[in-house]
Amino acid sequence: MTASSTYSYKVVRQFAIMTVVWGIVGMLVGVFIAAQLIWPELNLAEWLSYGRLRPLHTNAVIFAFGGCALFATSYYVVQRTCHVRLFLPGLASFTFWGWQAVIVLAAVTLPLGITSGKEYAELEWPIDILITLVWVAYAVVFFGTLATRRTPHIYVANWFYGGFILTVAILHLVNSAEIPAGLWKSYSLYAGVQDAMVQWWYGHNAVGFFLTAGFLGIMYYFVPMQAERPIYSYRLSVVHFWALVFTYMWAGPHHLHYTALPDWAQSIGMLFSLILLAPSWGGMINGIMTLSGAWHKLRDDPILKFMITALSFYGMSTFEGPMMSIKTVNALSHYTDWTIGHVHSGALGWVGMISIGAIYFLIPRLFGEKQMYSKGLITAHFWIATVGIVLYIASLWIAGVMQGLMWRATNVDGTLTYSFVESVKDTYPYWSIRLLGGTLYLTGMLIMAYNVFKTVAGKKAYDAPVIAPATAHA
Amino acid sequence: MDIDTLRTLVTVAAFASFVAIVVWAYSRGARKGFDEAARLPFLED
Repeated sequence: MTASSTYSYKVVRQFAIMTVVWGIVGMLVGVFIAAQLIWPELNLAEWLSYGRLRPLHTNAVIFAFGGCALFATSYYVVQRTCHVRLFLPGLASFTFWGWQAVIVLAAVTLPLGITSGKEYAELEWPIDILITLVWVAYAVVFFGTLATRRTPHIYVANWFYGGFILTVAILHLVNSAEIPAGLWKSYSLYAGVQDAMVQWWYGHNAVGFFLTAGFLGIMYYFVPMQAERPIYSYRLSVVHFWALVFTYMWAGPHHLHYTALPDWAQSIGMLFSLILLAPSWGGMINGIMTLSGAWHKLRDDPILKFMITALSFYGMSTFEGPMMSIKTVNALSHYTDWTIGHVHSGALGWVGMISIGAIYFLIPRLFGEKQMYSKGLITAHFWIATVGIVLYIASLWIAGVMQGLMWRATNVDGTLTYSFVESVKDTYPYWSIRLLGGTLYLTGMLIMAYNVFKTVAGKKAYDAPVIAPATAHA
Repeated sequence: MDIDTLRTLVTVAAFASFVAIVVWAYSRGARKGFDEAARLPFLED
């Protein structure tokens, strides 16, 4: 490796740009299905119906928007903190085109009604196989880069990315075990309550490792870089990592409270969900306190605003989650819009905002620029997105609690006070506010797309030179 | 060995290794490496 060689930024550029593109697509579908709840006439055709578009929305925002953000940032961070080019850049390029193919296949098959019916794992078996190939390639590139590093230590962000890559591989393989019954149809290898438990072991760890550990990898690199100071406590970050790894795996049963799942398994799920509050808040404090002594930077740096607000939403949703996992609270919240509000507090607030902040950090650096085209537009994006999130989650909290109370209300003779449709009718105002909130968040993404376009248009792609081995600096 | 005994042992071993990690992270010996690692993102030339 000569000092004149450069980092493999091409794949980072590709994934960074596609993060913005898929973010807009996924959120647009979200806004559309939010509108369908208010105006059912918008179910224009079977392939545009709510039931088919809803999984398209979740897959697009989680795996297309979130996935591209994770690929882009992990490839950037692992090179820069290992002081070496990506291991097998050609294979990295395969992960880009392979992942885009998965996304396009999802966008075609889901509206056609081709689904295995497992939440966040709806894609049918041929696509599952492609995902596996891409993921193995991703692991080879990432861990290969770690193995060829020229630094004595593995920076903590890479531990989080590594944990995310490894765990998602296991989750995908176990939950997608299925028996094909034709090219576009399969049946799960598991049955009954075992199938439900495997599904939610997968589902909650997709939240824990895809949507949490991966994005914490982003946090542990980009927050210190944007704040221009090292992480508040490296020691805490190590404990944070292992505490998350040891705890998250057990929390899945809280999705199956008061079902056929044995009571003891439900209680374990609840207990470990409550324990999760500690590492989650440890991580949040670690990120936010990185600004200790430099709080003034928050005043005029909109990228830092995105990151610190993301951490605040991380703290809020990881407080709300354990609370909702308590069986008695869950008896009220489950199956209501409160759950949707909770998910979006994490998704729009934590995952969305930390990704947006990281992409704003990356884009100029990948095109040899000092900063984004317009700082004012980043500030505008920040406030529009923040107002959007608050409207979205507050309206669904109220809607959810109202629905839960209406569904459980009984008359003195034991009959139900309200029919289901009455709770639907009373939810319309809140669904309208939610639609407004979602539309604002999407508007922010469109502003981002314009800002990114103006930043990179006509600019040459830039690959930074590889940093000399760390020992040279000792 | 009974499968439940094995499960118990794995759980206890996992908890013990987590405790060991916390003790190590807060030990004096880990500090120097942590300080070096924390500076990694900032090394430029």
